[in-house]
Amino acid sequence: MMIRKCDIAVIGSGPGGLAAAIAAKKNGAKQVLLIERDREPGGILLQCIHNGFGVEIFKKDLPGPAYAQHFINEAQEVGVNFLLDTMILEITKDKRIFASNKTEGMLEIQAKAVILAMGCRERTRAQVRLPGARPAGVYTAGTAQRWVNVEGFMPGKKIVILGSGDIGMIMARRLTFEGAKVERVLEIMPYLSGLMRNYVQCLQDFDIPLQMQHTVKRIIGNERVEAIETVAVDNRWQEVPGSEEVIPCDTLLLSVGLVPENELSRQVGIHLDPLTAGPFVDNYFQTETKGFFAAGNVVHVYDLVDWVTGAGLRAGESAALYTNNKLQMNNKKIAIQHGQNVHHVIPQFLDIDSLSAREEQLQMRVTKPLEQPVKVQVTDGKEVIASKALPYARPGEMVTISLKDKHIDLLKKAEQLVVQIAEREE
Amino acid sequence: MDMNLQNQQIICVACPKGCRLNIQRDGDQVLVSNQGCKRGVEYANGEMKDPRRMVATTVRIQGGRHPLLPVYTATPFPKARIKDLLASLRSVQVQAPVKEGQVILENALDTGIPILASRDM
Repeated sequence: MMIRKCDIAVIGSGPGGLAAAIAAKKNGAKQVLLIERDREPGGILLQCIHNGFGVEIFKKDLPGPAYAQHFINEAQEVGVNFLLDTMILEITKDKRIFASNKTEGMLEIQAKAVILAMGCRERTRAQVRLPGARPAGVYTAGTAQRWVNVEGFMPGKKIVILGSGDIGMIMARRLTFEGAKVERVLEIMPYLSGLMRNYVQCLQDFDIPLQMQHTVKRIIGNERVEAIETVAVDNRWQEVPGSEEVIPCDTLLLSVGLVPENELSRQVGIHLDPLTAGPFVDNYFQTETKGFFAAGNVVHVYDLVDWVTGAGLRAGESAALYTNNKLQMNNKKIAIQHGQNVHHVIPQFLDIDSLSAREEQLQMRVTKPLEQPVKVQVTDGKEVIASKALPYARPGEMVTISLKDKHIDLLKKAEQLVVQIAEREE
Repeated sequence: MDMNLQNQQIICVACPKGCRLNIQRDGDQVLVSNQGCKRGVEYANGEMKDPRRMVATTVRIQGGRHPLLPVYTATPFPKARIKDLLASLRSVQVQAPVKEGQVILENALDTGIPILASRDM
């Protein structure tokens, strides 16, 4: 079996992996190998042909492929090695990667550090347990996106979309552009799960009806989807009897959430957080397994690619420091817990001493929409250490707060940190 | 209160923040409040007088890795003419290789807005 050696192996060439590989190279790692199972680098950005990428980093409104192109070009310029069309089968704790591809057959890659950048996957029909027959015509929104935008064929003509995630709303507009009729978008929650801007420019602009607190009761059709029976639900997700409606259609698209893809991480034995489905990480984006770093949606699902790039840059920099024995490994790390109204916080561990060199961002998701002014607070369980006011907080939009060197003294006295979002008076 | 005054709330789509803008129309004047930045004022004015959207779609490509090349409007495009734009792009076919940012159509529907390639292919 062919054996390759490198300083840093990056698994996945989406925005997280590209940024990590570039940063690793720029921070002194000699050989950086970016491994991708597709025939070309770029990841899911290549099928996200809509605009809205790069507003934070480039101050430009770019389509996904253009955003990816920038980082693909940069990775090539700084000397990242690409290994494309290669499927990883196994990664071991001592950083040996077993993979296969068409030209080399089976190969082994030995690395000093590994950056996990596998991204996330869509929830499927099985994961949301939709009753009814099993006809053709039920797809995830991302699968439909790949077909329509890259491969050049349509999933159907009359479409119902379950879930108001961003990909679902964007596909509603895209399919309308290409001549399909989107009959309905259904959302089981009482609020939108994607961004408001996508509701405005994807649904409202094209008069596509969105029904909140509605879901699919039954899929009808044997060979092919013939109709969807929908039903209203109450605040406890219980079906409202008598609210059923049959919508004739030939396709049901699912946009019902994304889950970090950690099959390989699990195999290594990396400790995963059940709240995020991603690895526990510190502020260097190092997992609890030494020398394994994680970048982007593999950690938790971001809503902006710009932030995935930011996380990838940090993971790449950290991995480069690690391979040069310059990463602080023995500093005491404080655990960060989620408090009131907060679903989870990234990172879960913070090296307080690192704050003397740079500020660190804590990123979180709220558990429910808070449509009134709120205060994001970092506390030691009692005393508030840092606080930030926001006009509102919504589950579709990630909330961040940063900790700086001025917080170090208070942080050092704390046993643990709790991040909470308190409602405040106007 | 002035009878010509019209109040309206719209959601800004200039960036992913989605600020809820309050708009008062007084004849030709558009008064905006609750914006997160100055782009909100621009968006509200545009939305009242000449609504536009960025448009992203695909055109056929020959000799490329994929059968379709993603393309986009260089600047926001008049909303009322998006359907016509899409129809006109259906007959466009390009030949690989193409570079990201390359002009695919110089002046879409005589708006002066070019259509650009979204990637190398």
